[in-house]
Amino acid sequence: MLETIWFLLWGLLWAIYFMLDGFDLGLGTLRPFIARNDTQNRIIYNVMGPVWDGNEVWLITAGGVTFAAFPTTYAVMFSTLYAPLLLILFGLIIRGVSFEFRGQIDSPGWRKIWDSCLFVGSFVPALLFGVAFANIFQGIPFDDKGVFHGTLFTLLNPYGILGGVLFVLLFLLHGSLWLAVKTEGPLYERAAALSSKLWVVLLVVAVIFLVDTWFVTPLYKNYLSRPLLFVIPLATVVALLITRLFIANEAWWNAWFASCLTILGATLFGIVGLYPNLYPSSLNPAFSLTAFNSSSSPLTLKIMLVVALIFVPIVILYQGWVYYLFKDKVTLEHLESDEAY
Amino acid sequence: MDVVLLSRLQFAVATMFHFLFVPLTLGLSILVAIMESIYVKTDDEEYKRMAKFWGKIFLINFAVGIVTGITLEFQFGTNWARYSKYVGDIFGSLLAIEATVAFFLESTFIAIWVFGWNRVSPKLHAACIWIVAIAATTSAYWILVANSWMQHPVGYVIRGGRAELVDFVAVITQPFAIWTFLHVPFAGYIVAGFFVMGVSAYHILRKSNVSFFSKSFRIALIFALIFSIGEVIVGDFHGKVMGKTQPAKLAAVESLWETAKGVPFSMLLIPDEANERNSLEMFQIPKFMSWLVYEQWDAEIKGLKEWPKEDRPPVTLTFWSFRIMVGLGFLFALLTVIGWFKRNRLETSRWYLRVMMYAIPLPYLASELGWIVTEVGRQPWIVYNVMRTADAVSPIPGGHVAISLAAFVLLYSLLGLTAFALMVKTARKGPPELPTILEVRRGG
Repeated sequence: MLETIWFLLWGLLWAIYFMLDGFDLGLGTLRPFIARNDTQNRIIYNVMGPVWDGNEVWLITAGGVTFAAFPTTYAVMFSTLYAPLLLILFGLIIRGVSFEFRGQIDSPGWRKIWDSCLFVGSFVPALLFGVAFANIFQGIPFDDKGVFHGTLFTLLNPYGILGGVLFVLLFLLHGSLWLAVKTEGPLYERAAALSSKLWVVLLVVAVIFLVDTWFVTPLYKNYLSRPLLFVIPLATVVALLITRLFIANEAWWNAWFASCLTILGATLFGIVGLYPNLYPSSLNPAFSLTAFNSSSSPLTLKIMLVVALIFVPIVILYQGWVYYLFKDKVTLEHLESDEAY
Repeated sequence: MDVVLLSRLQFAVATMFHFLFVPLTLGLSILVAIMESIYVKTDDEEYKRMAKFWGKIFLINFAVGIVTGITLEFQFGTNWARYSKYVGDIFGSLLAIEATVAFFLESTFIAIWVFGWNRVSPKLHAACIWIVAIAATTSAYWILVANSWMQHPVGYVIRGGRAELVDFVAVITQPFAIWTFLHVPFAGYIVAGFFVMGVSAYHILRKSNVSFFSKSFRIALIFALIFSIGEVIVGDFHGKVMGKTQPAKLAAVESLWETAKGVPFSMLLIPDEANERNSLEMFQIPKFMSWLVYEQWDAEIKGLKEWPKEDRPPVTLTFWSFRIMVGLGFLFALLTVIGWFKRNRLETSRWYLRVMMYAIPLPYLASELGWIVTEVGRQPWIVYNVMRTADAVSPIPGGHVAISLAAFVLLYSLLGLTAFALMVKTARKGPPELPTILEVRRGG
């Protein structure tokens, strides 16, 4: 029971991370294609400014919880995915510092360096998170000693790449909706127009992904044995469809919320399909790491549950307050302030 | 290639680099919070400028600290998988608690502090930087509890081929953890105090913003004075606990080869590790070493030869790191005490200001040396007397670690140089002049 609760919490933490940092990663990827001058570039940085750091902590928590609740999974997952994880890490490092460093020296060349870092540091993690999770859905070639039998290119199989593309598109749409929420004028107009185009592409890729998932992964097994669970993918599809409706009505906050639900649902669809596996082996199902054979002791799970049940709601409250505090659009006036990026 | 050695090197690079930024974050957040609180209380704009100026340097430092912190959490899984699997039940939960209770606070409230000058009341704004400061030190507590468990594992049993938690309270309250928790943040406070004093000294010597920097200097001086003296006391207690719980580390720290009673303390000592002796022992204080550790003049201290060679930590590195760290610790106390007597005539104490300017790197050095003593002195164990470092690495090819190590060195060098240059630039420039403060714009 404890293991199952932690399995769900584990999935939820990853889902919240993708939902929150997703729009940062999407916007960082989108920026070179949507900003036409330095003012617009700065607006994009400042649109993420007060929230990106807090968003990223959900990743640290998701990683920390993997370590705490399922140490064997943490050990095998992080060491078998060595190359992609370090690439994600390097990406997040250069992304994080580009916010702080970019405005420190007033020179176009300097800004260009950090603009490139923001792009690479957003696009690469977005893509590789998708590749990694799609491969986990399929199963990873590792043995009973936790040794990986493959290379980075083993992970770049068609379904893995499809997962990467899906994540990038989910985040791009999420980012462009956030930009539409937070800006006005030409940047807003381009974000709005782009959102409806991205939505179509996302829909097509999502359908291909859902169909391909049927053929190359065992994810639907749990759903077929308990049809009630189909609520999750259905709700996700509905959220995606409603997103389009809100885009058409130019109800940007609602569209962004719907996009949040889409990402939350998409992640949970995969996680619930995995259950009880956290990290399945494609070599032999007996090597797979599950919520039961890789978990911490009941005492640790209980202590961690108490900590999580007390502190995670508090975190959500104060982070919600920050979103509320910085809810208005980022305008040229904001850029005048001493603190703006 | 040897995957153990490469993984250890990578851990050293990632951790020591991270710890170039952590101490300043720990201390400068408090100093900025003090400055801003004075502003809120007195309504004196100069203290607001002060909080903003030092805050600007703080943020550059903070950014690098944040991004390199993720590496620390990831690398236990990527490079130390067997360790993670073996001790995750205890060690992993401490890291997860750190993220949940402290890191969220730090990362969320710093944003309100940066962007919220005109959005929240001055009191609430000052509260935000206090929350960041408290969260940073809380964060340190959980990390240091985790590290202390590696130094002196308690509250666990070995069950089902791994260490399992049986007494959480014992883990988070053991004396080793409490002393470490005092020792390390104090070091951070000293780093920040000396940093602010050093930069202020630079400006006072150049007669730029003398009032602003004299006030900054004095705030930092009182802060550094308290914690420099405190650190000497805490370091002594921490050393005693270490001596009792990690006898092999103690022997290495003192380069003591033969077990003896009433061990003297040599002011000047040069270890000769290859020949298992010291090539020089001079200016001895009789029985003082025994007294330092056990407060008994005739207490027995175990020498390195009690352990087979493969169970001893590297002696030369541990010994020198400890000696220099302790020497620096006393120097910091001395410099801040001298500062106390010169606090009201800083402008004319030019040699003192010059010394303080060049002293900026010393607390950094002491902090890094402290970690070398802690981590190298624990070898060959990753968890003292429970798991060997050589048994803890991931089952991955050495070539992969070699490539990632090279990538870390390259990326961190660029990052470190950039952050250093930007901090120097900001520090040199000083605060914006008063009349223009509202017109200043950052970036293009």
